[in-house]
Amino acid sequence: MTAIVIDPVRDQRADVYPVPLSRVINVELRKMFDTRSGFWLMASIVITALLTTIGTIAFAPETDLTYYTFAKAIGFPMTVVLPIIAILSITGEWSQRSGLTTFTLVPHRNRVIAAKAVSSVAVAIASMLFAFVIGAIGNLVGTAITGTEMVWDVSLAEGVNIVLGSLLCLLTGTMLGMLIRSSAGALVAYFVYSLLLPTVAGILASSQEWFRDLQPWVDLNYAQAALFEGTLTAEQWANVVVTASTWLVLPAILGLRLVMKSEVK
Amino acid sequence: MDTMGRSSVITIESLSKRYGASTVVDNISFVAPAGRVTGFLGPNGAGKSTSMRMMVGLTSPTPGSATISGRRFADLRNPGREVGVMLDASAQHAGRTGREILTIAQRMMGLPGRRVAEMLELVSLTETEANRRVGNYSLGMRQRLGIATALIGGPAVLILDEPANGLDPAGIRWMRDLLRGYADQGGTVLLSSHLLREIEVIADDIVMIGNGRIVCQGSKTQLLQSAGTIARAADMYALKRAFDTSGLPTTVSDDGALRTDADPTRVGRVAHEAGVALIELRTVDGGLEEMFLQLTADTQRERADTQRERKGA
Repeated sequence: MTAIVIDPVRDQRADVYPVPLSRVINVELRKMFDTRSGFWLMASIVITALLTTIGTIAFAPETDLTYYTFAKAIGFPMTVVLPIIAILSITGEWSQRSGLTTFTLVPHRNRVIAAKAVSSVAVAIASMLFAFVIGAIGNLVGTAITGTEMVWDVSLAEGVNIVLGSLLCLLTGTMLGMLIRSSAGALVAYFVYSLLLPTVAGILASSQEWFRDLQPWVDLNYAQAALFEGTLTAEQWANVVVTASTWLVLPAILGLRLVMKSEVK
Repeated sequence: MDTMGRSSVITIESLSKRYGASTVVDNISFVAPAGRVTGFLGPNGAGKSTSMRMMVGLTSPTPGSATISGRRFADLRNPGREVGVMLDASAQHAGRTGREILTIAQRMMGLPGRRVAEMLELVSLTETEANRRVGNYSLGMRQRLGIATALIGGPAVLILDEPANGLDPAGIRWMRDLLRGYADQGGTVLLSSHLLREIEVIADDIVMIGNGRIVCQGSKTQLLQSAGTIARAADMYALKRAFDTSGLPTTVSDDGALRTDADPTRVGRVAHEAGVALIELRTVDGGLEEMFLQLTADTQRERADTQRERKGA
């Protein structure tokens, strides 16, 4: 029976074509869902979206029952979960050692990383669209229940800003994954970065005059928070670009170099 | 064998790997030809795995090159379809099922979906086993899954690191038959092992490595060729006398048997003519085992030494 299936002398070279990037993206997308942890992370996006919608209807004061409240409430858990998905997608190759197979099937690691980044972004955008839809339903249902006036207070531009802000959170996860390449380490770094640093920066800003003026230019969390609060001034955009270049793009370039060079054992 | 005008060989040229001051792989060169099983033999820590990782581009050599049919691994168009690789059967996401791991490989290589079922059948993993998560697999099952992943693309070259590890005797036999059939069809197989017996059973050619260097290489028949004969009789004095009168120089081995450079045919005839009944007559292997034992002992001694040094320091 072995003769039929393995057949090493079949003339395969004639029908061996380079692996297209689209295929790598498809496979990487699949790998985000096909483990128990991956599945539940994805499921948690849906579950928390539903729970926060119900929670908002139940507990938010009637005057606050606007579309923005819903979108923000649903979007917040996503900004926590999405980076975790992005981190695990990369660090799993090292922590679970599956990179041994992945990087022999696709020896050019930058293609694997690109595919992972693209599929993370795709998942994030799909999740955000899902959040906007659930938020809209929540707004419809919530105002119907309370009998208050429906308020649609998120413009398209603001919606795009919210998506952009979430993508920055997500890509922070991608960057940390590349830089640290260990699930535990990268997750800890992410929580320090997203939970601890803003607090420290806040304390510093309230006590030190000089830092208050500097903060928008050095604190990515601070600059990117503006994206969730509506439209930005030109200076705020500049803040986002400067801080994202410093804290996202530069470390990501360093991380990519490490990914290319590091040994997979 | 090469009816298609192609012959897939693995060519290793002056491959080295240094980490700081320590040299893990030291200037190794060899060729694994098509149609043969090449055994890469060496004690643990000899540099086998590092060499194999360099062959498939997971580790960069410093310096040296490894090519497959003249091309670097990274230059292969769809590596999984040209070279089947299994470096560590346990290096899989524990949360994926066996079937899912094969499906990922099948999709990445762009193969038809039926290959997954075919491979599961080939390596005798049942439906239930295939649907279990790899975290619950025994080492033997992981090895089978690893072999399936390596073979799914129908590659002409196989690079397997310790594939027989964790297999039971029946499994080792299955593996031998599988690789034998594969090489007989013209495939190129390079497999590593730290067990001489395993390599003896499976390989046609042997490359022995110790402390990062190639100690000896050649065909198995060549390396295991007779290096003399061991003979034993109930009456050892009579046997010794018979050898002396026939002019056969002998030495007495540790266990009291006589060892001579003559071949067994000659030794048997001499004993027969002298009327001495032999109770043991066998060839001595070509020193491969002794060399291997020496190598293993050296490595262990070195390790013990460094441990002592560390303790002393």
